[in-house]
Formats: sequence, C-alpha cells, structure tokens
Amino acid sequence: MIGLEHYLTVAAALFVIGIFGIFLNRKNVIIILMSIELMLLAVNINFVAFSGFLGDLTGQVFTLFVLTVAAAEAAIGLAILVCFFRNRGTIDVEDVNVMKG
Amino acid sequence: MTVLDFAFYLFAITTVAGGLLTVVSRNPVHSVLWLILTFLSTAGLFVLIGAEFVAMLLIIVYVGAVAVLFLFVVMMLDIDFAELKAEMAKYVPLAGLIGIVLLMQLVIAYGVWDVAEGVVVADGLSSIPIPADLNTAALGLVLYDQYFLMFQLSGLILLVAMIGAIALTLRHRRDVKRQNVLHQMWRDPAKAMNVTDVKPGQGL
Repeated sequence: MIGLEHYLTVAAALFVIGIFGIFLNRKNVIIILMSIELMLLAVNINFVAFSGFLGDLTGQVFTLFVLTVAAAEAAIGLAILVCFFRNRGTIDVEDVNVMKG
Repeated sequence: MTVLDFAFYLFAITTVAGGLLTVVSRNPVHSVLWLILTFLSTAGLFVLIGAEFVAMLLIIVYVGAVAVLFLFVVMMLDIDFAELKAEMAKYVPLAGLIGIVLLMQLVIAYGVWDVAEGVVVADGLSSIPIPADLNTAALGLVLYDQYFLMFQLSGLILLVAMIGAIALTLRHRRDVKRQNVLHQMWRDPAKAMNVTDVKPGQGL
C-alpha cells in the first residue's frame, strides 16, 4: 500500500538532490537554476500529497501559486543570465563581482 | 503488489533518478532533458494521487514553457561547459556532506511526525484515497471563489515577470541596417533617380 510517507520520502529525496546540485555546480548558474526548480518541485509534491491524503484542495491551489512563482523566477533568472553573459562573456558565479559586494 | 504500487514505484524511481542525473550530468542539454523526465514522472505521481489538473499543469507549464526556456538559453549561450564542469570533483565532498546532513535531518523530522489531534483524514494515511468528484471542477470552485484575489495577484506576478524579462533582454544594436518604412514611402522618384542620355561611343 502506498501511503503518505512514500510521497514524503520522494519529495525529501528530490529536495536533498536540489541542494546537492547547488553545492555541486558552484560555477554553472544554469544548473543552479535547475536545482532550484527541483527543490520547488519537491515542495509541490509535499503540497499535493498532503492535499490528496487529507482530502483538502487548498494544497493543490497553493501548488498552482508555487508553479506560477517558479515560472516567473525561471524567466527572470534566465533573462538576468543572458544579460550577464552579454556583458561579461561568462556565466561563472565567481565572476559576479562588478558591484564589489 | 498491485498496479498502483508498481506505477508509484516506477514514477518515484524515475523522478529521483532524473533529478540526480540533472544535477550530475556533464552536458547541460542532457541536464535539461533529465529535468523534463523528472517533471513528467512527477506528473505521473500527481495523477496517481488524484490531482489530474495539477499534473497536466505541470506538463504544460514546466515541460512546455520552463524546460524549453532552459533549453533555448543553454543552446543560445556559447559557453565552454567542459571548463565549468572541470572543477566539479572538487565540490563533491562538501556537497555530499551537506546533502547527507540534510537527509538525516529530514529522516529525524519524519521519524517523529504524527497527525495532530482533530485533523480529519480522508481515507487514512496509508492508502491512496479515491477522489470523490472531478478534480478540475472542484479545484475551480475553490480557486475562483476562496482564492480569487490571490489568483489575480499571481497573474500580476506573471505580467511583472514578462515585462522584466523583456526589459532585461531587449537591446538595440547600432551596427545592423534596419528598414525605415516611412523613409521609404517619402522617397521621391524625381530626386532619387537621374536619367542621363548617353551618346553612342562617348560614355559618361
């Protein structure tokens, strides 16, 4: 029998993989953005799993909002990435030091 | 093992394997393709739990828009990805350590997890519940009634994201020739053309 904990396990594994990816690809911004998408997907799995097992649709409604924000974030992030690549000719995170922050 | 269990384990293993290969893949194009596989199998997991609308939305929005956007950017930028990946081995111990610590924390958190008093569970937490009515219709009733303001605000977020993305990536290049329609229409044949009568054997 597939229970709630099965879904939560998958979501937890996916979330950890997302964090692992951020630390593994320290230089490549594109993979970092993909890792963030994976983490948001893990959150969505949690929302939908609880929504399904508790019989409450609010979780799925919030999944829609998370999806919206994730799409907006990906669009803006990739636009910034393209802009940065035009100016500097690289996507290395360690080269992001124009503002001397 | 029923068909439902088999489908769940199939989708779950595909999801996790796809996520892992997204992260460790050497070629970013392959990464995007593994990401698409992850999204598709997660949509399968959502269908199993009775959330068809969210599953289809995941396919349309993530696979159809976000992943294709990633694919375009990966192919558009002319980057030496081999150089970026060369130092990946250096970060494996740190990344693995952080991943394992986080996994341990999640295991500890889930180990003591329990349902609070007074929470009504549909059919028990140990089996997938059978959805009562059409998921999409029920979701629409909740979304357009209770969460109408948030729905409109999420549309506003998308508008702002669209404007921001266009404003960031739009650029006017000075070194290319463009067509000026008004300039072409205002052109006068009398000024633009000069008919010369050339005598035979003389030339201009």
